[in-house]
Amino acid sequence: MYVSVRDRPGQTESGAAPAARRVATTVVVLGLVSLFTDISSEMVNAVLPVYLTAEVGLSLVAYGLVDGVYQGVSGLVRLVGGFAGDRGEQPKLVAVIGYGVSALSRLAMFPAHGLTAILGVISADRLGKGLRTAPRDALIAANSDPANLGRSFGVHRALDTVGAAVGPIVAFGILALLPGSYRSVWVASFAAALIGVAVLVLLVPNRRTASGAKKPGIGALLKIATGRAMRKPVLAAALLGLFTVGDGFLYLSLQHRDDFAAQWFPLLYVGTNIAYLALAIPLGRLADRIGKPAVLIGGHVVLVAVYITAAVPVTGLAWTIVTLALLGTFYAATDGVLSALISRLIPEQGRGTGLAAAQTVQVFARFASSVAFGSLSVALGPARALTLVSVLLAIVIPVAAWLLATRTPVEAV
Amino acid sequence: MTETLTRGRLLALAAVVVVAVGGTVAYLAHVHGQQADAKSATTTATSTDLAGYLAAPHLVFRNTALGDGYGQVAVTPLTNADGPRAVTPATCDRVYAQRGAAICLFATRGLVTSYKGQMLGADFQPTADLSLSGLPSRARISRDGTLTSTTTFVFGDSYANPGQFSTRTLISRSSGQVVADAEQYELLVDGRKITATDRNVWGVTFVDDDAFYATAASGGKTWLVKGSIADRRLVSVRGDVECPSLSPDGTKIAFKKHGDLPAGHWRLAVYDLASGKETVLAEERSVDDQVEWLDDKTVLYGLSRDTAGTATSDIWQVPADGSGSPSVLVHDAWSPAVIR
Repeated sequence: MYVSVRDRPGQTESGAAPAARRVATTVVVLGLVSLFTDISSEMVNAVLPVYLTAEVGLSLVAYGLVDGVYQGVSGLVRLVGGFAGDRGEQPKLVAVIGYGVSALSRLAMFPAHGLTAILGVISADRLGKGLRTAPRDALIAANSDPANLGRSFGVHRALDTVGAAVGPIVAFGILALLPGSYRSVWVASFAAALIGVAVLVLLVPNRRTASGAKKPGIGALLKIATGRAMRKPVLAAALLGLFTVGDGFLYLSLQHRDDFAAQWFPLLYVGTNIAYLALAIPLGRLADRIGKPAVLIGGHVVLVAVYITAAVPVTGLAWTIVTLALLGTFYAATDGVLSALISRLIPEQGRGTGLAAAQTVQVFARFASSVAFGSLSVALGPARALTLVSVLLAIVIPVAAWLLATRTPVEAV
Repeated sequence: MTETLTRGRLLALAAVVVVAVGGTVAYLAHVHGQQADAKSATTTATSTDLAGYLAAPHLVFRNTALGDGYGQVAVTPLTNADGPRAVTPATCDRVYAQRGAAICLFATRGLVTSYKGQMLGADFQPTADLSLSGLPSRARISRDGTLTSTTTFVFGDSYANPGQFSTRTLISRSSGQVVADAEQYELLVDGRKITATDRNVWGVTFVDDDAFYATAASGGKTWLVKGSIADRRLVSVRGDVECPSLSPDGTKIAFKKHGDLPAGHWRLAVYDLASGKETVLAEERSVDDQVEWLDDKTVLYGLSRDTAGTATSDIWQVPADGSGSPSVLVHDAWSPAVIR
């Protein structure tokens, strides 16, 4: 990886050749925090279905139904996290609490028996995730050269994805060594989360976001989050989010079409993640060079292609791989890039709130989209529903592009 | 940040890493030792008389006794079900058997967990592969061994998808050839056709070469449905029934009932097909299993047991008329099938 250490990230200078810039140490460190935390949470997520059904003797039916609710709660907590980080001018503290809650939830797996207790523990993990995301992204932005934001978020998301890939391997390795010992998985998961929190506490500078004497008030933060600079990009994110079908539906559509995909269902995630991992940094750099809106829009054009490749009645491994690679490309072009784009639009003291607002709007838009797509595919069948969504998305993309192009850059440095 | 401060912090981090990694390794070693002890101190006697056991009425199940045969299919005679078990070469997460044939579902865990299903012959060696798309949940074979049914859980992802689980229930010939995807069948509930894509079908129990019972669900409700392979149709019989199991005499269906219990909890009950009478059984713990009938008066089911950090399970029995109390039939066992 071509990430090298640079002590003091430039905050003001911009306009120098992006190629000469390096990602700040703190961003890499935050990436490592996410890496360890993702190892921890993916260890648990990977074995949870087997644990619940085979060992606790619960049905996944109830788990699946309740899980959707927590996604909504996580969206709201995200706002709280972003806001608290800005209000207290200490995003690191809020991030530490968020990561800490998730780490402690691993210990709670020990006494947890029964669906309600386990769901409680899982939701605590999700709440921690909701709390930490916006302040963490604000820290990434604060520690990055503005000209380099895309690459910084790319590096962070790539490290994050590595963790997500390593977690299941470690978990199944432990279970292979010690059959049935889920407690060993919880212990190792807690250890990984603990290392993540320690890296955050010890190595991320406790940077106060604002230099002003006055703490930003609720009104001021709300104004930033809903301000003129934010309105159009958030509207664009919402619009695009409304036509973003959840991965689960996409995978299920692939599976209904193609029996090979059905047999290798778990591989679908791996395929998507490989593309995401490979492209997060290059596309982040591209965003720095040609502009974040262009890459964000390009990502959604790729998403149209994803829907089309998933909808056409052609079966076969190669076709499925193309779909997955395109889906990973979509994530690489949009996930970190949106945060980078939003970060540039808002002054530092309100960044957490702004990021949280944009991410929450996106989460809710996608949630609404999933619900709507569910009914749509009832009425039309998965393939035709996907085709319709791809057409709608193709119509919305120029509108979003226009919204993003007419933004007013506020960060007058 | 000054250099000494940075060094101090790096040292502190190193200490945390050492404690975290060291602690984990120590814990894993401790569990490993415990499992080794449990293995050497295991009270589960084994027998080598597999052929003798198979010749008489017997129980086929997944052996969950820690030790060499963990996860392997084992057999005991019904006359001494908790006695020495004969371990077969097959390793399954879910197993079901009729005379001369068994169905085995298992997960190959690794970087990517994949799932497989196999038909096993009289010697418990694979005879055919079955298509399997997710986490093994239920398996059944028709009484004459010609039809098999598997239910697996297929997952959506975790990003804002409500109701992200889905089941897939396939009915196949013993050759492995798929006869039906039960979710593609027409579903009639009280005469009304249900077309919602959130339809799920699971837990098949065969009546004969054509008819079967199963659970169908849509919109948060479950029904006992009677299916016909020839008609490609599922017709509702009654509500709130999951994982039906037809008694050997074909007169009763044992099932798990959700009622008004908290999410993820079920009570075992028996439904009399002739009278329509429902009897709740004496087992008060929540059971999530497709029960098996020991005879026309007793049902069997698996319940997990957590000991020394390692989860195992036992096969329990309880009278099918709501009387009596549950008792363990076989220790360290799961997924029973009775062959008479």
